[in-house]
Amino acid sequence: MASTRDIRRRIKSVKNTAQITKAMQMVAAAKMRKAQQAAIIGRPYAALLNQMMAAAATGAVGFSHPLMEARPVRKRAVIVVSSDRGLCGGLNSNLFREVAKLDKSTTVFVTAGKKAAQFIGRTKRTLAAEFTYKDAPEYAEARAISKAVQQMYLKGDVDAVDILFPRFINTLTQQPQLVPFLPIGKLSAATAGVNAAKEELQAHATPDVYEFEPDEQTVLGELLPHSLNFQMHQILLETKASEQSARMVAMKNATDNAKQIIKDLTLEYNKLRQANITKELLEITTAQMALG
Amino acid sequence: MAATIKLEIVTPEAKIFSEDVEMVTLTGVDGQMGILPQHMPLMTQLASGEIIARKGAEDIFLAVGDGFVQVTREKVSVLTDMAIKADDIDEAKAEEARQKAEARLAQKLSDEEVVSAQAMLMHALTQLKVKRRHSK
Repeated sequence: MASTRDIRRRIKSVKNTAQITKAMQMVAAAKMRKAQQAAIIGRPYAALLNQMMAAAATGAVGFSHPLMEARPVRKRAVIVVSSDRGLCGGLNSNLFREVAKLDKSTTVFVTAGKKAAQFIGRTKRTLAAEFTYKDAPEYAEARAISKAVQQMYLKGDVDAVDILFPRFINTLTQQPQLVPFLPIGKLSAATAGVNAAKEELQAHATPDVYEFEPDEQTVLGELLPHSLNFQMHQILLETKASEQSARMVAMKNATDNAKQIIKDLTLEYNKLRQANITKELLEITTAQMALG
Repeated sequence: MAATIKLEIVTPEAKIFSEDVEMVTLTGVDGQMGILPQHMPLMTQLASGEIIARKGAEDIFLAVGDGFVQVTREKVSVLTDMAIKADDIDEAKAEEARQKAEARLAQKLSDEEVVSAQAMLMHALTQLKVKRRHSK
């Protein structure tokens, strides 16, 4: 049986752990608010971009851009967007369970975030490129990723590109989701990464025939890559929001658990202490009785 | 009542402008164009410069970055990376941003950084240009 000293020592150590997880929870909560804000703020822009893409797709009759042409899929690339650090509950493991479902031989992986790169390396999958992004994802970082996969696609290295990322649903739920990135479908273009955009799209999709200035080639040639870059950026922002929320919830649970353990241990400690006192008293009285 | 057209200017950070106006003048890649209500549907690229929105007797000036414009019969949607009303431009701040961007361009940078520094410089220059033209 553990002595009172052992129990005291354990209580102290659990208390320290609780302090750390509590601090991490606070930090994550503050970062989460910022990340969520950043993810939401881009929505009107995304909605308008969507609407333009839709208009461009319906308006430019008989025009096709290399990024829009679908080919038979022999090899495809999947961009896995994960966090850089662990301690965020099941966020990454849920994501990697989806990765495990993909066919190893016909899929190459592009990763954003350290955890994804480690997982792909560990499970001996093909890693085509590895990217990192900061706590506050910058547009330039998203552009680098998006540009790289566009080149892979245009060169014919891959015939389709999908993105796998933890979609932010609310603070408690994040769900891994696989969304198509390339080729750009007629209307589904920039809808990924934005939940509210879909209704917007239907409400505004006017069947007008548009005039293009200077011409379709130039306008679409700029608009398509731009929309992909923006979509990528939106996804990075959303992943960050997911990560911070998941970490906050995980750390809150850890803190609660630690508190529960402290409570149990304290109870045990007091019981033991009382038992010891009773035992001592008993000894004293017995000794006195023997003497008297 | 004069016919109006809705002008909407959106950047990744916020919806900057959304009002009914009588005429919109903007700088496309091929030069300036004026858009009146009932304009035919049009899509074009926006060059960084100035957007003038005429509303009643007054003109509203805005400095904008590169982007895209979609015109329908009742609406002009502008999608750009920067937009600010002339009245809100802080000349000192813009000047400071210009110097910072120039300093960064003078250093050796990677391609990505050059692009972002150039964009920064462009924004600052446009803001200064628009501000100076209307502050007299």
